[in-house]
Amino acid sequence: MGQKLLMKGNEAIAEAAIRAGCLHYFGYPITPQTEIAHYMAKKLPKVGGVFLQAESEVAAINMVYGAGSTGTRVMTSSSSPGISLKQEGLSYLAGAQVPAVVVNIMRGGPGLGGIQPAQSDYFQACKGGGHGDYRQIVLAPSSVQELYELTVEAFNLADKYRIVSMILGDGILGQMMEVVEFRDEEPVEHYEKPWATTGHGKTREQNVITSIHLSPAVLEKMNQNLQNKYEIIRQKECRYEMYNCDDAELFIVAYGTVARIAKSVIELAKREGIKVGLIRPITLWPFPQEAFEKVIDRAKAFLTVEMSSGQMLEDVLLAVNGRRKVYFHGRMGGMVPVRDDIMKMVRDIYDEHVKNG
Amino acid sequence: MAVIFQKPKALKDTSMHYCPGCTHGIAHRLVAEALDELDIEGKTVGIASVGCSYNSYDYFGCDMIQAPHGRAPAVATGVKRSKPDCIVFTYQGDGDLAAIGTAEIIHAAARGENITVIFINNTIYGMTSGQMAPTTLLNQYTTTTPYGRIADLHGFPINVCEMLATLQGPAYIERASLHDVKHIRKAKEAVKKAFKVQIAKKGFSLVELLSTCPTNWGLSPVEALNRVKNEMIPHYPLGVFKGENLEV
Repeated sequence: MGQKLLMKGNEAIAEAAIRAGCLHYFGYPITPQTEIAHYMAKKLPKVGGVFLQAESEVAAINMVYGAGSTGTRVMTSSSSPGISLKQEGLSYLAGAQVPAVVVNIMRGGPGLGGIQPAQSDYFQACKGGGHGDYRQIVLAPSSVQELYELTVEAFNLADKYRIVSMILGDGILGQMMEVVEFRDEEPVEHYEKPWATTGHGKTREQNVITSIHLSPAVLEKMNQNLQNKYEIIRQKECRYEMYNCDDAELFIVAYGTVARIAKSVIELAKREGIKVGLIRPITLWPFPQEAFEKVIDRAKAFLTVEMSSGQMLEDVLLAVNGRRKVYFHGRMGGMVPVRDDIMKMVRDIYDEHVKNG
Repeated sequence: MAVIFQKPKALKDTSMHYCPGCTHGIAHRLVAEALDELDIEGKTVGIASVGCSYNSYDYFGCDMIQAPHGRAPAVATGVKRSKPDCIVFTYQGDGDLAAIGTAEIIHAAARGENITVIFINNTIYGMTSGQMAPTTLLNQYTTTTPYGRIADLHGFPINVCEMLATLQGPAYIERASLHDVKHIRKAKEAVKKAFKVQIAKKGFSLVELLSTCPTNWGLSPVEALNRVKNEMIPHYPLGVFKGENLEV
């Protein structure tokens, strides 16, 4: 039985990173995730690590790129506007295939926005954000326990595939406090990094970390290698939860904090005799299309709920591919969807698609 | 027969793409000679930046990382903080260091990062064909100041060494020139000293090398060298701005 601690989400992320062997953190303050930096600033020097507050989010992601190039496990964290600043760096990390973990504790946008929670960076995380044809693994925790477990997993995935793993949380998850049960030993996977720039010691060829290839034929080949890698990740690394789906015909699709609210809706619906299931993507990229395939035959309709104008909605539409109706409920600007508002939609959808057949 | 001069071992045996009369070749050689003479190539990681020398990893034999435009000092910080036993240098042009990378160079210097910065100042953007740089002189023609650099419109050039020398962080800052043999010898000493400062863990070192860009200046190689001597040095005086008495 591992140690149990009541922890703030942000702190659980930081503790998880250290347990995963990440002893280098470069960051910049921004609400609502600055506690990650505070925790790292306090703890890293005690465990022989390096904490550095960079002059900007731009500098921080480039410090990550440098440390990652030496084969070191490294992390940065920020919130929406700061993640915008990092997009150049994320594209370079992808092109040069340097592993790193990046945490986005989302807040309301666009622009300076607000400091309340949002899920309006889904496009930014999953559909690029930075320039070029690249992807990053995007993990969506739904509890403080998952913030811890998925952060450890993020480092393994980043090293395994030489890719950026992004933890996509929101202001509620970052600030809330829940009990975390720590494992006695973390499942830290070790990967050889013969490509790292550590000084060749005159014992091997020069290593170069780069993403520029002026010959289009060479650059296409490089891109094809990336696409091949992404296809492998799609096949092997989808993660999702299917909650109460066994005999449901209506499905809510939600992630993160909103998935928790969806579970309350499902319990309320049960009391009214309405069977609703939840498809909760845990990897947003790769998007778990297979979850939809499992239920599409008996499904009558889907309801996507997000703290946004509808971003994951587009991937749900793609997964459903016109076979069933997809409804949407969203709040923006830091407002959080209300259980009873969602329940109202569920009743209407139930009436239309199940009751009246 | 005695060998009295040869290509440094830290430079790969390949021809360079730089223009005739460009002093990048000389600057590369000076850095490589320092790596050879101090026997540090094996533990060096160089950071290439964006500009004509974007592919300096095709020329230097040490491990290298290609950094986004302006970000080399931050990338170097990440390398040095994660692998403090590595010798880390950046090689940056005037757009990279003094325009888009101003925040990164100032803060790396202010933090006293134990890295070495080689700053190539040729008062123009070479790779993108001749636009104004922060170090472009007043009245100088460039493709984005086709009527000359006019103070009212385009402001004044930036003296990087003097500016960074106001900070407490840097250990050693020197400006040298590559326009003739006498000055190249002095530049070689400056570059070598900068690496010695890093080896001795004394802190942040930067060497600004006044360089040519004959192609975009519209001058012959010899005329370009004369421009450095007659027009650039008066505005960018040579000498040590920090760490005059530093013993390494």
